[in-house]
Amino acid sequence: MIRLDNIRLSYGDRTLVHSATGEIRSGELTALVGRNGSGKSTLLRTLASLQPIIEGRILLGERDITTLSPADMARTLAFVTTEKVRISNLSCRDVVALGRAPYTNWIGRLQEQDEQQVMHALAAVGMSDYATKSMDHMSDGECQRIMIARALAQATPIILLDEPTAFLDMPNRYELCSLLRRLAHEEHKCILFSTHELDIALELCDSVALISPPSLHILPTEQMIRSGEIEKLFSSDIISFDATSRSVKIKG
Amino acid sequence: MRSRTTILFIVLSLVLCGLFIFDVTIGEDGVDITFDDVVASFSDGDVEDYKVTIVIDIRLVKAIMALLAGIALALSGLQMQTLFRNPMAGPYTLGISSGASLGVALFILGAPLGQMLSSELSTLGIAGAAWIGALATLFLVGAISQRIKDIMVVLIIGIMISSAVGAVVQILQFMSQEEALKNFVVWTMGSLGGVTWDKLYIIAPMIIVGLVMAVAVIKPMNMLLLGEGYARTMGLNVARTRLLILLSTTLLAGTVTAFCGPIGFIGMAMPHLSRAIFANADHRTLLPASALMGAIALLVCDILSKMYTLPINALTALLGIPIIIWVIVKKRNIV
Repeated sequence: MIRLDNIRLSYGDRTLVHSATGEIRSGELTALVGRNGSGKSTLLRTLASLQPIIEGRILLGERDITTLSPADMARTLAFVTTEKVRISNLSCRDVVALGRAPYTNWIGRLQEQDEQQVMHALAAVGMSDYATKSMDHMSDGECQRIMIARALAQATPIILLDEPTAFLDMPNRYELCSLLRRLAHEEHKCILFSTHELDIALELCDSVALISPPSLHILPTEQMIRSGEIEKLFSSDIISFDATSRSVKIKG
Repeated sequence: MRSRTTILFIVLSLVLCGLFIFDVTIGEDGVDITFDDVVASFSDGDVEDYKVTIVIDIRLVKAIMALLAGIALALSGLQMQTLFRNPMAGPYTLGISSGASLGVALFILGAPLGQMLSSELSTLGIAGAAWIGALATLFLVGAISQRIKDIMVVLIIGIMISSAVGAVVQILQFMSQEEALKNFVVWTMGSLGGVTWDKLYIIAPMIIVGLVMAVAVIKPMNMLLLGEGYARTMGLNVARTRLLILLSTTLLAGTVTAFCGPIGFIGMAMPHLSRAIFANADHRTLLPASALMGAIALLVCDILSKMYTLPINALTALLGIPIIIWVIVKKRNIV
């Protein structure tokens, strides 16, 4: 579980979000939506301790993020970044095994339990057959699954993903988000991912976190649709959000 | 796959041993020393004293130096490639060797004090100057590659640094005294042959320390394969890792450059050859593999340079450059 307490987000000198407060629950898939440059990545990076908290407090589980050592942090939260990873000459199994780094010794030797976690993670994303293949010749969707498997191998209660669907085609987007939903429900993980796919977010996610500068709203999906916040954020001169059909329509 | 790796390690180790022995048995000294003489030199057998001196004090020292220099250059290249995430990185291509040369040039040409020091102190001074020069260049390249992600740009900047350093060295040469100039020119030509047991006692510990540091960052380097963001979220102290790698690289490449002069292309090329041969990017395999390949490459170059009396720098370039071109052609559409 992630709890935000009066968090301020800013990019450079510009404040994006004033005092965000809310809770992202375990066992749920939560989508983080918002316009370009509204602070989605900044929020995720702040939660992952990749950048410092400017103002406010973040609790991961029961603990304040600032009291967690890098090693504790690595056992609490896994992050799938937008960085495209294609390492030649490294098998998928080895890439996923890197997720065990917080648990292995100085040279990274895998114990039997680590091996099991790696195979479990590969199976969970449906990539067991790719264990010995390298990522050079895999599609974007397959690579993204491997990176999610790596995060799973890290065995953390919280997983963050920064635009995991960005390079994927339509079927892959749905499959990936269903996978995340299943992981959240079955493995009782707290999964938060940023996305621009409003339809997928509303269809598959349990909750939606919406950045509508200068505030952040976190609500269960149904409530979010009824709240009118989505219309406020995504409607423009040419498009509008229609709450009954849950989709964006072109005006006129 | 595991057994393939093991077999490759055994084969390469045997090749290395063979080359090492072969390197000791041949010489450019024009003295007729048979294989039996070499064996006798090591086992207090019946052989003339001068032959023992040649085998032990010249050939053996040179072979050990080739071994150490090969390991050191390959490992510094490997660490730079992983840290900068740049397949073109290496002590020579990024201008680290040039930086070390500048340090030495400043010490020999710029500091008149250098000539008044005893030979031990001036040896240490040359090494120290090379380390400082190498470290300064590394920090400069590191700072640039933090801001600019395009590896070709970083490479071009490396070439620019080398050229700029070359120009500064030329100016220093132009302005310096005849005696100092001679010392410097001798250093730039100084190949593996300039090393003695006394110098080896300084070189070996430095390279071993650099090697231990490199082994200590095996797991961090594997984590860095995923990029800095991933490495940090997996609990890696990136700042400390970067510092360790920079220090290790400085010790390894700086020491070799200080005592053997700039040796090009081995450091960049051998990690790539190891990746290709072992088909594995895991540093637990890649680090010992690169060390082996580096040692083999430099021993081969030393043997060829003795057989045909060629400068070793020309040979390492001829061996390394085709590999570098192959990497550029292969990587072109990936990065």
